[in-house]
Amino acid sequence: MSNGNVFQPRIVAFFCNWCTYTASDLTGISRLSYAPNVRIIRIMCSGRLDPQFVIAALREGADGVLVGGCHPGDCHYIEGNYKALRRFLLLKKMLKNMGIEEERVRLEWIAASEGDKVQKVVNEMTAQIRELGPLQLHAIPTPDSMKECAAAACCCGEGGHR
Amino acid sequence: MIAFDYNTATPRIGVYICHCGINIAGKVKVDEVAAFAKTLPHVVKSCDYKFMCSDPGQELIQQDIRELGLNRVVVASCSPLLHEPTFRKACADAGLNPFFFQMANIREHVSWVTPDKEAGTEKAKALVAAAVERVQHNRPLEKKQVPVNANAMVVGGGIAGIHAALTLANSGKHVYLVEREPTIGGHMAMFDKTFPTLDCAACILTPKMSDVKNHPNITLWSYSEVEQVEGYAGNFKVKVKRKPRYINEESCVGCLECVDACVFKTPRFDNEFDLGLKKRKPVYMPFPQATPTVVTVDPKTCLQLSKGKCAQKCAEVCPKDCFDFTQTETYEDVDVGAIILATGFQVFDGKRIPKYGYGKYENVYSSLEVERLVNASGPTQGELVLKNGEKPKSVAIIHCVGSRDHKTNKYCSRVCCMYSLKLAHLIKERTEAEIYNFYIDMRTPGKGYEEFYDRLLEEGVHFIRGRVAEVSDWAMTPEEKGKLIIRAEDTLIGMPRRIPVDMVVLSVGLEAHKDADEVRRKFNISCSHEGWFHERHPKLAPVSTATDGIFLAGACQGPKDIPDTVAQAGAAAAEAMAMIDKGVVELEPNTAYIDEELCCGCRTCVGMCPYSAIKADEALGIAVLNEALCKGCGTCVAACPSGAAQQNMFTDQQIFEELVGVLNYV
Repeated sequence: MSNGNVFQPRIVAFFCNWCTYTASDLTGISRLSYAPNVRIIRIMCSGRLDPQFVIAALREGADGVLVGGCHPGDCHYIEGNYKALRRFLLLKKMLKNMGIEEERVRLEWIAASEGDKVQKVVNEMTAQIRELGPLQLHAIPTPDSMKECAAAACCCGEGGHR
Repeated sequence: MIAFDYNTATPRIGVYICHCGINIAGKVKVDEVAAFAKTLPHVVKSCDYKFMCSDPGQELIQQDIRELGLNRVVVASCSPLLHEPTFRKACADAGLNPFFFQMANIREHVSWVTPDKEAGTEKAKALVAAAVERVQHNRPLEKKQVPVNANAMVVGGGIAGIHAALTLANSGKHVYLVEREPTIGGHMAMFDKTFPTLDCAACILTPKMSDVKNHPNITLWSYSEVEQVEGYAGNFKVKVKRKPRYINEESCVGCLECVDACVFKTPRFDNEFDLGLKKRKPVYMPFPQATPTVVTVDPKTCLQLSKGKCAQKCAEVCPKDCFDFTQTETYEDVDVGAIILATGFQVFDGKRIPKYGYGKYENVYSSLEVERLVNASGPTQGELVLKNGEKPKSVAIIHCVGSRDHKTNKYCSRVCCMYSLKLAHLIKERTEAEIYNFYIDMRTPGKGYEEFYDRLLEEGVHFIRGRVAEVSDWAMTPEEKGKLIIRAEDTLIGMPRRIPVDMVVLSVGLEAHKDADEVRRKFNISCSHEGWFHERHPKLAPVSTATDGIFLAGACQGPKDIPDTVAQAGAAAAEAMAMIDKGVVELEPNTAYIDEELCCGCRTCVGMCPYSAIKADEALGIAVLNEALCKGCGTCVAACPSGAAQQNMFTDQQIFEELVGVLNYV
């Protein structure tokens, strides 16, 4: 990416077709510019978000993942966003245990009329992840590597693997 | 159709980068993106072109499908919500299954939001790479065709709903018109005259109201509300709640003998239709031309219904035995193909701006109240008088109350300037009072509107440019005593002014109904933060919504005057008709399916489905999905632990490949 000196985080966004994807179109139609770091992938409903997508995105080199769905009560499919929320909370817990900062994944409710919110959220998230720096993923620990870690007094002893 | 085995045939991908004039090309180096796309796997053709959606642009794709044997097509241009159907059709016309087409959104998501050309180009490349990766895993699908129910429903019986219902009914469609008040007519029925022609509102509206009542193709359900909406375009199932009137609607002829006989000798309850300026009895008809011409019993004030004890004189005198105090809510279930929402607006409550003294000083009125006062069938038979019964000698009309105001509503309500002019004319005509209009800007765009403004200027109505600071009764001179004093800055002479008047009219703005949010959820459409329902596209689909089969008419979509409302209602009726007359709707084939080989019968998906489309088959020990019920949200797919549940157009593989594309190439 351009602007070589500053860290340019790579953010993947999963937006639901009915609210947030439409909102992101509105952001464009309204010419509200935002950080170029986000890549939007359309899904029909935030309830379609398999937590594996988030993990795969982080594995494939994303520094953060943004999920956008309709506001509670507004889901085109009645309650897909609630299901997304439930999964998301569990996923966040799991990522935390893996030593991935919570701020790297974010779930936002953005209605079709909230083009300005897309701009705000993307800019905020880009700045936040820029501060965190690139995501560093280490190999899955083995008993041997854990021993090494313990000897080096790294964070593994506190339950995390960095 | 081009015959090839998509499972084994090598993908041959064509990539087309659209300039969209300078919309994209201004912020994305399209030639560079096209050159980049050429380096991607299986891409056999890559180019950029000025307008891909134009005929020559589409022809380019079709020619390559035929001559280069393309079996996958990627177009990087605008949002798929705009032109995906265009390009799918182009592919289909050239013999390629339209679902082998994939779109990359490099306008709304790139060029329009990325000021830096380098960054924009990189982002566009990533999105193109993602589409190229994804399209290789697209599968041939077919749109399902479902027959359309030929009936329609119109919700809201104001002028918008009335016009839409009549238009549909005249074309031979059966229409269910649902109105929550006891009568149809809406706000227009409350007006005396309409601007700028000063047509008598009742004279032009009431014939349409009785047409509705008498039309063989219209079922009118007044005093009713839509309770629940299920289904999809062409096949909605609507449950309508019919509130009890305590009157047999079929037999009542509106003779009003019951009203005379009511044990309350004088009317003492606020008549909602007259905004409380006139009183009514517990059994009442809102106004003489109410449609349907039947009385309604108000359960809150009727002694029999609220206290359970009354002599029931009303029922005694009824010549047709219409009274039934045991009535309860009933429900009607109907199937309709299309729904038109025409739920209208509410006016701004003047009390929200205390400095104008509405609710504090008795001679401060809202414009809608004045509409009733100047109406010949209103509380004063058209006499405009002060609370003490005298005619006002001076009247101030304050524009933009609850409009163009950052503290209340930012938007312009569009009709207030014109109705203020109309009221100024009517008040002057009836009282010969001096009239002062306090305005921010005069907004009179419309046929004959500016001419009407000129006429008012000639009639000697005063126009003072400036927002009013305060309305008070603090007299500073003997002449001001007993008057309402307007303090405002006259921005044209650059001086503050004090003008004592007898009456103040607040030109209140239009607002979305308080329960607009609840209503639009029922119909599964979206609204702006102000509560106005969202049209699908502000220019090209102004009466459609994001939910197929649901259309908008009138002020529920945004403030508008009567001519615009009627035009929009006609448009909505035409759209509904086009859908019904086509006879079938095509459904996106994005339904889920279950791979029987992989399903382990864990039933996780069964509980996930909001439409109960998945059942566990006890005998087979697997989940079975009913495609007819599936709406394609993909929640079951996300939950399936074994990957047996998949969603057409959005398989796990397609999304994973899109992810890889978006991250790995740039």
